[in-house]
Amino acid sequence: MAEYSTPTSEQEFHANFAQLKPRMNASEALFESSRCLFCFDAPCIQACPSGIDIPQFIRQINSGNDTGAARTIYEANYFGNACGKVCPTEVLCEGACVYNLQDVKPIEIGRLQSFATRKAIEEEKPLMQAGIPNGRKVAIVGAGPAGISAACELRALGYEVDVFEAKDQPSGLTVYGVAPYKITNEEVLAEMAYLQKQFGYSVQYNSPITSQADLQALEEGYDAIFLGIGLGRTNALLLPGEERENCVGAVEFIEQLRMNHHATTVGRKVIVLGGGNTAMDAASESSRLGADSVILAYRRGKEDMGAYEFEYDLAKGVGVKGLFNVAPVEIVGNGKVEGVKFIRTALHEGQVQTVPGSEFVEPCDMVIKATGQAKQTHFLSLIGGLKTDGKGRIVADERTGQTTNPQYFTSGDARNGGAEVVNAAAEAKAAARGIHEYLSRK
Amino acid sequence: MPDLSINFAGIKSPNPFWLASAPPTNSGYQVMKAFDAGWGGAVWKTLGVPVVNVSSRYGSVNYRDKRMMGFNNIELISDRPLSDNLREIEEVKKRFPNHAVIASLMVQSRQEWHDIVRQSQEAGADGIELNFGCPHGMCERGMGSAVGQEPEVLQTIVEWVMEVAKIPVIVKLTPNISDITEPAMAARRGGADAISLINTIQSIVGVDLDLFAPYPIVDGKGSNGGYCGPAVKPIALNMLKNCAQHPDVRLPISGIGGIETWRDAVEHILLGASSVQVCTAAMHYGFGIIREMTSGLEQYMVDKGFNTIYDFVGKALPNVLHWEDLNMKYKVTANIHEEKCIGCQLCYTACEDGAHQAIKLNAGTRVPEIIEANCVGCNLCSLVCPVEDCITMDRKDDGTAHVTWKERTEANDIPTEFNDEKAGGRHHWVPEPAAALGKEKHKTLPGKARQFEKVTVTQEVTE
Ligand SMILES: Cc1cc2nc3c(=O)[nH]c(=O)nc-3n(C[C@H](O)[C@H](O)[C@H](O)COP(=O)(O)OP(=O)(O)OC[C@H]3O[C@@H](n4cnc5c(N)ncnc54)[C@H](O)[C@@H]3O)c2cc1C
Ligand SMILES: Cc1cc2nc3c(=O)[nH]c(=O)nc-3n(C[C@H](O)[C@H](O)[C@H](O)COP(=O)(O)O)c2cc1C
Ligand code: SF4
Ligand code: SF4
Ligand code: SF4
Repeated sequence: MAEYSTPTSEQEFHANFAQLKPRMNASEALFESSRCLFCFDAPCIQACPSGIDIPQFIRQINSGNDTGAARTIYEANYFGNACGKVCPTEVLCEGACVYNLQDVKPIEIGRLQSFATRKAIEEEKPLMQAGIPNGRKVAIVGAGPAGISAACELRALGYEVDVFEAKDQPSGLTVYGVAPYKITNEEVLAEMAYLQKQFGYSVQYNSPITSQADLQALEEGYDAIFLGIGLGRTNALLLPGEERENCVGAVEFIEQLRMNHHATTVGRKVIVLGGGNTAMDAASESSRLGADSVILAYRRGKEDMGAYEFEYDLAKGVGVKGLFNVAPVEIVGNGKVEGVKFIRTALHEGQVQTVPGSEFVEPCDMVIKATGQAKQTHFLSLIGGLKTDGKGRIVADERTGQTTNPQYFTSGDARNGGAEVVNAAAEAKAAARGIHEYLSRK
Repeated sequence: MPDLSINFAGIKSPNPFWLASAPPTNSGYQVMKAFDAGWGGAVWKTLGVPVVNVSSRYGSVNYRDKRMMGFNNIELISDRPLSDNLREIEEVKKRFPNHAVIASLMVQSRQEWHDIVRQSQEAGADGIELNFGCPHGMCERGMGSAVGQEPEVLQTIVEWVMEVAKIPVIVKLTPNISDITEPAMAARRGGADAISLINTIQSIVGVDLDLFAPYPIVDGKGSNGGYCGPAVKPIALNMLKNCAQHPDVRLPISGIGGIETWRDAVEHILLGASSVQVCTAAMHYGFGIIREMTSGLEQYMVDKGFNTIYDFVGKALPNVLHWEDLNMKYKVTANIHEEKCIGCQLCYTACEDGAHQAIKLNAGTRVPEIIEANCVGCNLCSLVCPVEDCITMDRKDDGTAHVTWKERTEANDIPTEFNDEKAGGRHHWVPEPAAALGKEKHKTLPGKARQFEKVTVTQEVTE
């Protein structure tokens, strides 16, 4: 029995995909901020990859200085509102809040953060501005969290910044990939517009950088180039039948969902392959789109899944069923997907081994592959002297983000192999400082 | 079940909880509702001369998300016709013959006092309270606290009242005076049967940051008002103690000020009150709070084995001494119970910045450690710790020695100059001033600065 009926209007879509961290009103923000202890050397700050001064901004909210709170947040993290809503706070700031040790609900830091930043965005509070022009130019490839954060920081440092983006909207996976119940498109884009208005960088949409010629133009026209290209499409499974209709990649499926909302079609019986956070998202999303049954199939046991526990709980909570210790061997069907043939697996000395003769077919009419995103290996090979590691991640200096081609800097998913929005935002800010350091020395 | 009833200077009441003279006792309707709810008595909203009130009358002090920690008003005495009030007093007394109805009065001339006292008696009031406390409006007209601040005037008026009074007379004192026992003694000299305290404290509860005017705002302006509510309890308790301990006051006392729960009431009683009055709490939460107050008081009395209120009136008074009589040999130090600590480090920063640098942090743990040799036993860390009983103050002396400042003075055993061996703090370690510079800077910098410590930020963010 389906928990959700298929949404047929924007309104029904938003009801099925209701925000997990809804906006706080002023009273709730007052109550919640009143609970914060203002810890010394607060563990929540230490747990925030962007090092937001959390007790400070909470105290500012509590004393009626919401604008100052937003400033504190943006000084550390340009994706302040987005992070408040999409960060896995359970394992970051809120997971570190001292209240956990007292078995008391931790402070809802994420929601407080969004409370302050959203207010600043809506009231168009001018909190940031470009620095005095220093005459240097930086090109940014990719308008995701990494690219936009680098653009903001570089503008603050006085650089002229041009961003080149393949798609037609900014924020990268924040608008194209994150689950819709975490943040709405409007909210993401409002923050992007707010930043661009204050910093005044240019963004050229539908402008992928793909060729050696494109790259050469950037190298000649700019003092430094920042690569915020993230990852690529969903990895192929290399299984027979993968080309069948209704066998789709998770990233592509979610992009459809983000762009088309209720117009996205989902199967009646969906099998999601994978055990990471993207698999959890795709499964939850299928269920909220009204699928009758959603099965999450993973090669290993439940406890071995890469996904955060709360993400699995979220999926279970909307009726997703787990199928563990199974490996797909074929996508069966006749033109369209009709099922997945699995073989059972068992752990043998830490290795996943198939159990001979245990094949079975689980019928379904849609398969979503959440088996990781490919790296942009080909594109990166066009850049002279740029090295990637064994996993296809760009090799760069830990602190400055400088790659093995000194004119190129990078951060975000392209460098860390796929993390969170907050990591991209924090690392890009540091990389912008790295660019500044490098060009100032030149 | 313990007996909650009282006989306060001849005024009988089924329990010690009275509503103070204020808006909750403005009408027969309210008083009947309160008695119905379980209140033992009510001091009627002050009757007297005709007045006119302004609009916008109250202001509040909020602490974080808690409202009305302190409350203030610029309201005057009853603005309802005297005859209406008297008729309603009569009606209430008819329906509630065993409850206490006390008429609060405030007029000017001897004749006026005689008239109004007589009228109150005829209406059936069980007692009279003379309002010598109102700190705004009425005092500008020579009444209220203008009387309470002049012991001789106060005594004269009490004498006028006693000339005609046939029922017990309580004098309500203003706290807006440096020594509350002076008007208390004047009341006794004048012949009063009891005193009640405190009335409200002159105050400005806040200033509107946009209108540049004090709260409550009347057409862009404000005036000082009278402060009450939870915030004033400590002041009330101290004044109550002063009167209760004074050998020349010796009158029953009705305790008022910041009473909201049974605990507050018990504290007033332990310091000498034999009835208690409540205003702000009833204005905040309504008459229903009486159920918690009586049940809490009853439970306390059962737990302690007290049969009547009088078993513990003033029971804490022998333990309130002058500072010079405290045992200087008593010594406590802070003790952190590691298993309860949540690592907020509030104790650390409080002691480090606000006390005696007697707590240190150790690598690898967020649980701070007390440096016992430096701990003076001030309590601060245990007060800021958010976890109940996580920091306890444990006794360190063996309890055999007892010496007070007074005894030391008498024995000529006190320091007379700073490098005297006997001087306090002389052997107490304090860090070198310059050791403060840069200390733990990396922990107190804002998040962003921590991240970019090495790179100087030249850009200035302005709005
Ligand atoms: C399904 C899914 C769900 C997620 N959910 C969360 C979540 O809930 N919370 C969270 O914090 N994180 C989540 N993440 C991770 C998060 O979205 C990423 O870590 C983050 O977006 C990385 O930012 P980025 O800027 O490095 O890359 P991206 O967001 O991928 O942005 C890269 C941008 O570069 C553009 N681009 C790429 N190549 C080129 C080129 N050659 N020329 C021009 N433009 C180019 C792309 O179009 C894109 O806009 C999720 C990721 C996925 C896949
Ligand atoms: C709005 C308001 C009006 C008051 N009016 C009177 C009054 O007319 N006569 C009087 O004796 N006390 C008056 N008081 C003082 C209260 O009776 C009481 O002494 C004081 O509020 C302290 O008690 P609490 O802390 O319980 O409020 C008034 C208090 C308030 C808040
Ligand atoms: S750890 Fe929790 S209580 Fe402490 S400062 Fe952070 S949010 Fe506040
Ligand atoms: S009792 Fe006072 S001096 Fe002792 S550790 Fe606590 S705060 Fe410091
Ligand atoms: S204040 Fe209490 S909980 Fe916090 S660190 Fe100190 S002992 Fe631990």
